[in-house]
Amino acid sequence: MQYVDEFRDGELGRRLAQRIAAAAGPRRQYRFMEFCGGHTHAISRYGVADLLPENVRMVHGPGCPVCVLPIGRVDLAMQLALEHGVMLATYGDVMRVPASDRMSLLNAKAQGAAVHMVYSVTDALRLAREHPGREVVFFAIGFETTTPPTALAILHAQQQDMRNFSVLCNHVLTPAAMSKILESPAVPGPGAVELDGFVGPGHVSTVIGSAPYELFAREYRKPVVIAGFEPLDVMQAVLMLIGQVNEGRAEVENEFTRGVTRAGNLIAQAKMAEVFELRESFEWRGLGQLPSSALRIRPAYGRFDAERRFALAHRSIPDNKGCECAAILRGALRPTDCKLFGTVCRPDHPVGSCMVSSEGACAAHYSYGRFKDIDVVRA
Amino acid sequence: MSAKRDYHRPLDMRHGLIDMTHGAGGRASAQLVEELFGPAFDNPWLAEGHDAACFAAERGRMVLATDAHVVSPLFFPGGDIGCLAVHGTINDVAMAGAKPMYLAASFVIEEGFALATLGRIVASMASASRQARVPVIAGDTKVVEKNKGDGVFITTTGVGVVPEGVQVSGRRARVGDHILLSGRIGDHGMAIMSCRQGLELQTPIRSDTAALHELVATMLQVCPRIGVLRDPTRGGLATALNEIARQSGVGMMLQERAIPVGAGVQAACELLGLDPLYVANEGKLIAIVPPTEAQPVLDAMRAHPLGAQAAEIGIVTEDQHHFVQMTTAFGGRRVVDWLSGEQLPRIC
Repeated sequence: MQYVDEFRDGELGRRLAQRIAAAAGPRRQYRFMEFCGGHTHAISRYGVADLLPENVRMVHGPGCPVCVLPIGRVDLAMQLALEHGVMLATYGDVMRVPASDRMSLLNAKAQGAAVHMVYSVTDALRLAREHPGREVVFFAIGFETTTPPTALAILHAQQQDMRNFSVLCNHVLTPAAMSKILESPAVPGPGAVELDGFVGPGHVSTVIGSAPYELFAREYRKPVVIAGFEPLDVMQAVLMLIGQVNEGRAEVENEFTRGVTRAGNLIAQAKMAEVFELRESFEWRGLGQLPSSALRIRPAYGRFDAERRFALAHRSIPDNKGCECAAILRGALRPTDCKLFGTVCRPDHPVGSCMVSSEGACAAHYSYGRFKDIDVVRA
Repeated sequence: MSAKRDYHRPLDMRHGLIDMTHGAGGRASAQLVEELFGPAFDNPWLAEGHDAACFAAERGRMVLATDAHVVSPLFFPGGDIGCLAVHGTINDVAMAGAKPMYLAASFVIEEGFALATLGRIVASMASASRQARVPVIAGDTKVVEKNKGDGVFITTTGVGVVPEGVQVSGRRARVGDHILLSGRIGDHGMAIMSCRQGLELQTPIRSDTAALHELVATMLQVCPRIGVLRDPTRGGLATALNEIARQSGVGMMLQERAIPVGAGVQAACELLGLDPLYVANEGKLIAIVPPTEAQPVLDAMRAHPLGAQAAEIGIVTEDQHHFVQMTTAFGGRRVVDWLSGEQLPRIC
């Protein structure tokens, strides 16, 4: 397939692997966090880690939209679907995220709630047009990638004077999460995250540009290489990161030049700014309350804000006690360090959110990489 | 005075609708059988007019399989629920190594369903059954109230006979055996999915729905020792291989490069965030054969139109954890796991 196969070329991959092996100094360790779940998925699905030398380790980051969604926010969606009787439209991945009381939107649907899986927010608008007598709420989640479409939908609803459409906004911001990880204590032990650099988000950066990461590179002395989501992209980014580490540089470099510019998509940014404003603080699963880390709908568009419309109040619900999602999302623990991993917590019955989406660190490792944890006798 | 001549109003196959009387067992039910099902399937067993069909028993081991079909949309590029219901059950019988002999079909129809649409579906079933030379010899019809069904559900049951000396079972994959696949994967699932999502593709993806029993017969002729046959329907290739690995207590190592996937399926999967390994097929089979037989069986498959793109995709390994693993085209290694729940699209 054109424009895809080129970036999955095994021969080029092998050559890049040789260059990485040659560049990585044998005496040191390289630990790079891929921030995005999209990268986590690509690394696991294509077996990229197998092509990296032993002293280059990828640490999975928190950039999986459903993984960082706290239980309390899913509960709000459940409340809308079950108590307010709205038609709730949301992305497929969200349906299985565990809520309180062993519930999920998938269970709510089985109980008769009108939960609809959509591929984009335009499908939610269509639902609202087709059911003028019903309240339709779009359960909006995601980083800056999915935020501009939500903004456009709200602008469209305003323009068309749609009376039955609103949005439960859970859009979060990448830079806030990266700061949190970098501010984590560097002392060894639980909670310590020692990183030598970041594989920066691809799709997020097409919107916000590469400039916002310059602060991290400067302040925290960590190299950032923004990368596309194909396996060759990730390997090229790793090679560039090793180069920076070896030369003692800490800069923002852009591997994903076919999609990302320094300034990003100015039109998308303007639409986001028009419709959304910063929340003072927002709860992230695993990372806790983070200041200035999420968006809410501006009062001028208040009638499209489901939180106002249905007077919803967020309650913080603690995760399952045994679940290590919090530490895994920060990169402090690996999925296999969690007692629940692969036992009670599996993709078909996830306890923590990292096991839900195939972009989640636990689900990706369980589904694609768990043979590495045990000795497999070969034929 | 002579008796009035009995007036008979035929079924209105153009504008008529199914109503509750068509499933009530009275005149309307009988009329549906006499004017629609009878002529379409046209065979002496149905002509008998009994609820059960009587046929001579064959010598040897017999196979029985049943399969419920609930596909939406009812019509899709490459097929419809009618031919699918015939192919699906024939394939289930054939995957036991058997020669399918007869089918029975039962219809659950929603009140208000257009007779014209039912007519098209029945015609498609009849044509598929004639082509496969497996007659539909018994059937039943029920009608459910409006909004209590999704148009029409069709359950088909098939019986078949296993030829002497053939021993096919999911438990017979042996370490070192070769894994063969009869062609490109994902066509049926993506044909349905692109209809549902309204994907406008340059070349529409067509379902691969087909009856595989003749392909199976030619394969068994070349190698009666074929251990395992399986059609990777729901859950796709990945799920079928995991089932076999668990039943046989073995592992598998696949070569991603060797697994044929059409360009359209690849592109549509990419767009929707799906993996073709988990997408349904309705006209493909997996065969697991001893190493020395792999090439002759593969040649026989390729000589048949339904196996023209057959490929050897991997080998059976010893593995107490029963992992199906794969060397990716990119050069890494991964598990090809069971499907968890439904395949859900990713967000970004």
